[in-house]
Amino acid sequence: MEVFNYLVFPGFLFATVAGLLTWWLDRKVTARVQYRVGPPWYQTFADVVKLMGKEVLIPENARKTGFLLAPIVALSASALVATMIGVFNMNWSAGFVGDIIVFWYILTIPSIMLILGAAASGGPLSSVGSSREIKMLLAYEVPFIIVITMIIFKADTLSFGGIIKYQAGHGPILYSVSGVIGFIVALLCVQAKLGLVPFDAPEAETELGGGILYDYSGAALGAFKLAKAMLFYTLPIFMISLFWGGVQIGNGLGILWAVLKYLLIIVLITLIRNTNPRLRIDQIMKFFWGKLTLLAIVAFILSVLGI
Amino acid sequence: MGLKTAALKKSIWVFHVACSPCNNCDIEILDLLTPRFDVERFGIILVGSPRHADALLITGVCNRHVTPRLIETYRATAKPCVCFLFGACSCQGNVFKGGYNVPRLIDEIILEEDPNAIIVYIPGCPPKPEAMIAGVVKALSVL
Repeated sequence: MEVFNYLVFPGFLFATVAGLLTWWLDRKVTARVQYRVGPPWYQTFADVVKLMGKEVLIPENARKTGFLLAPIVALSASALVATMIGVFNMNWSAGFVGDIIVFWYILTIPSIMLILGAAASGGPLSSVGSSREIKMLLAYEVPFIIVITMIIFKADTLSFGGIIKYQAGHGPILYSVSGVIGFIVALLCVQAKLGLVPFDAPEAETELGGGILYDYSGAALGAFKLAKAMLFYTLPIFMISLFWGGVQIGNGLGILWAVLKYLLIIVLITLIRNTNPRLRIDQIMKFFWGKLTLLAIVAFILSVLGI
Repeated sequence: MGLKTAALKKSIWVFHVACSPCNNCDIEILDLLTPRFDVERFGIILVGSPRHADALLITGVCNRHVTPRLIETYRATAKPCVCFLFGACSCQGNVFKGGYNVPRLIDEIILEEDPNAIIVYIPGCPPKPEAMIAGVVKALSVL
């Protein structure tokens, strides 16, 4: 059963399909915002299949093992977190004490693997990208942890299933002032975790030509793209579970509501990405350590006061 | 036709190699990404790194300084890849042919590096965006 969960549903296969469709939705909405037609629905599938079939070039001064291992670890970490979130949403008592902390650190593994892989490739543009990714990781984790702590205090439990159960009894955390502030902070942190504009300084297509992914090609690049697509599916579900009552499968129209919430979050992320220019890395750090950390602390205090 | 080729035909990522062009062709290339032509409909996007690319879009004449860089870029591209020679200059040298700074034409340089390279010529000064799309269709039919 665990193997089935990990490989098929809700793990690797399901997360891949859902993530690629989400990625396509993002591209399509972007195209419509720019008055273009946009790609057909199978576009992201074609991209990934094509990348899997291409040659993997290894740069001359790269460290081969680290360079090739990084995408595999990133991909399996994304699949693992997708599996855990899916299983714990279906069965609230399946978790263990402190699994929300495990989520938090598995969610950072894809970023860390990007840093390691880019550093191992030995290219100048990759190095700049990886140094920026390190800074951004340090920046956005601070408000993200504060918001998660706020939720843990509010639900008075360290388990993921417990938080969803609390929301089933007391109403979603989002429907309070502290919840709304926390949701905004978490949404911007998710934007940075996915590396989308305005927080795409490490990738920076027009400036670094791909940045952290610059030296990757073929199947290795495809694995990174897949890992990112899976995170694109996982992180909104994570947000829904923490703030908006989770995916309540047994509850009549629960799945329909979950899909609508999911689409709303995706479209919000896409619109933020299409209406903002890229920030410099120092502006990103100021933004996360200054304004957003302050907002997160305000949300925390409000939630302690019970508002 | 295998799955790989089918996927490749639906998703061509292009890297733009500017070998000292006059910028006229480059502006025509940008037109392809605008709402009027929107080549993302066919899965064609511009990427920033030759390692991600399936196609090299080469504009301009190749002078002595650019030649080693062009060869390096071709080596850095993951195979299979297609070379589009965009504009009269890159196809046959245009008015610069035989000039002191144009020792060889671009197709000669690429064929010397890789005899099996797929090269598509898109003539014109500059070619229309429609000509570019027609060139891509022709290249895809031989893949």
